[in-house]
Amino acid sequence: MLLDIKNLKARTRESKKEILKGVDLKIDSGEIHVIMGPNGSGKSTLANVIMGNPKYEVTEGEILLEGNSIMDLSTDKRAKLGIFLAFQNPLEIPGVKFSQFLVSSYRNLHGEDKTIFELNEEIEKLAHRVSLDENHLGRYINVGFSGGEKKKGEILQARFLKPKLVILDEIDSGLDVDSVKTVSSMIEEMAEEGIAFILITHYKRILNFVKPDVVHIYLNGRIVESGGIELADLIEEKGYSVVKGSETR
Amino acid sequence: MKNKLIIDDTKFDFIAKAKPVYKTEPGLTREIIEEISYFKEEPDWMRELRLKSLQIFNEIHEPRFGVDVSNLDMSRIVAYIKPEALKATSWEDVPGEIKEVFEKLGIPEAERKALSGVGAQYDSEIVYRNIQRKMEKLGVIFLDMESAVRKYPDLVRRYFMKLVPPTDHKYAALHGAIWSGGTFLYVPANVEIPMPLQAYFLMSSPGMGQFEHTIIVAEEGSEVTFIEGCSAPRYNILNLHAGMVEIYVKRGAKVKYMTIQNWSKNTYNLNTKRAIVEEGGFMSWVSGSFGSGKTMLYPTTILKGKGASSESISITYAGEKQHLDTGSKMIHLAPHTSSVIQARSISMKGGWTFYRGLLKIGEKAEKSKATVSCTALMLDNESKSDTLPIMEIHNGEVDVGHEARVGRISEEQIFYLMTRGLSESEARSFIVKGFIEPVVKELPLEYAVELYKLIEMEIESSIG
Repeated sequence: MLLDIKNLKARTRESKKEILKGVDLKIDSGEIHVIMGPNGSGKSTLANVIMGNPKYEVTEGEILLEGNSIMDLSTDKRAKLGIFLAFQNPLEIPGVKFSQFLVSSYRNLHGEDKTIFELNEEIEKLAHRVSLDENHLGRYINVGFSGGEKKKGEILQARFLKPKLVILDEIDSGLDVDSVKTVSSMIEEMAEEGIAFILITHYKRILNFVKPDVVHIYLNGRIVESGGIELADLIEEKGYSVVKGSETR
Repeated sequence: MKNKLIIDDTKFDFIAKAKPVYKTEPGLTREIIEEISYFKEEPDWMRELRLKSLQIFNEIHEPRFGVDVSNLDMSRIVAYIKPEALKATSWEDVPGEIKEVFEKLGIPEAERKALSGVGAQYDSEIVYRNIQRKMEKLGVIFLDMESAVRKYPDLVRRYFMKLVPPTDHKYAALHGAIWSGGTFLYVPANVEIPMPLQAYFLMSSPGMGQFEHTIIVAEEGSEVTFIEGCSAPRYNILNLHAGMVEIYVKRGAKVKYMTIQNWSKNTYNLNTKRAIVEEGGFMSWVSGSFGSGKTMLYPTTILKGKGASSESISITYAGEKQHLDTGSKMIHLAPHTSSVIQARSISMKGGWTFYRGLLKIGEKAEKSKATVSCTALMLDNESKSDTLPIMEIHNGEVDVGHEARVGRISEEQIFYLMTRGLSESEARSFIVKGFIEPVVKELPLEYAVELYKLIEMEIESSIG
């Protein structure tokens, strides 16, 4: 088992508002899991809590990665264990060049196994692959990037930084159809290499291109139902109200 | 490539053991001033300027803004110390103990880089200075201020405290009374000095003041870059630095003045810097302020001649128990003048930065252009930051741009960087370096490296 989440409850540190109300989730290497849920249901919070965002505090439950608890680890340590989060709204860091950031991130995670030249070459190839203009590599992190370009930057990082588990938070929003296809093929390719995925989304578009192993319906702070792709089709057709447990909303 | 920089912060906090030869009694009297002047073999006009300044100092009030100076005890500040080594002409003549201090400061390295002249101020007296013969052949005068007063009394007299008179403010008056050391740099017309001239200032005796006076005169069409760097050992008693810089940029001349200020945290740094620029001349100030406990420093350019221009680029960095009140001032008095102010301040661990700037465009300064950009970043919730960019525009035909921002470091930015494997302190220093990047790229490389080292050190120590 790569990731094992047991009865995870979490709230915001400041206002003590409970957002995760007992999440259970098990993911094996190479699996693609989709978490679907309406806006504001706390899907992003789940991603943030897995990654250890200090904005939230866990009140109950556990997160195990390859059998070991990661609860006491800071975000950077979790990243070093192989968890990657692609942000719904990637942040801008003025004054720091994107390519330079990618290189130092890689070196933080994997040490000195490649030369700067090799790393830069890889970055350029990936930029080409996700059709992100090379100029952007010399720009400051996400500054002056369009919404879609920021997302391309995130998937580029997910590929480049070689994680074991990738959480994609609304990766398809802001992307045109061609880019969604590219991203999807990258996901499939990485999954074949054994990388696991959590795809957080509130609509089905990306599922026309990515074949998930499991679809989870996430409502009101917990996973209320899990199944195959047919679950996504059902939601697309009839809305979240058809799912059992939706009455607790 | 983890570019880990090892910080040795003891480098700037050693105590020199050199014995002072001559030391005045604490406290300021007319007798002491006369004694100093006599000892320095000064002409009458200088003695009179000192005495008049003392009188003004005793009469006028403290500045009514800026830092709290109520703990500054003048009676404890010894005004003048003469080191064992007088004027050394070559490196061999410099006493061993003092050499050791310089070595810690990396001066021999600067020497190796064949920078044209290293003037080092040990306590209040010039100890060592090396001027390339080439300079002299070009007619350049590059002397310590005492020697200049004796050798070129009439020339010095034309400029000394003419731009900043003792009546300017209380610490200008104090400076006029007890100034000691500093540099006199005279660049004749159309002479371009190809490498930066560098001076190190160093104060290292308990309870003494540092009151160096620097004058740069750049005659028509000349060009020079001057680098001033200061560093001081740490002591528990009060230290005061009240230096003064006066720069005269003649028609079409260009002067660049760079400072990195790193006084120990117990220093009151009440410094005055001013330049006047004639037609078509250009003045550039580059200032990094990250030492001292309290600073008041407002490098000022008076754009007097048509088409004169100036830039002022500054980084101010206040940590624990520091209150740094800094800002640039641009005074446009003639048509077609232009100025650019770029200020960045950072505060952390309860530090306080206050940007206090002035842009003044006079009635006759039509078709002038000016931009002011001052932004501040606070790294935590205990730190403070203010910006007060004052603008007085007395002419309608001008082009003025302005931006002022104060922000706190965003926890989401830190989280974002940490998800990519950066530790919290690395993430913070990434953001801070990014914040000052537009300004740092204007700095000479050594300054940028030193600044980055300092930021990493401060951030690491704050996270622990």
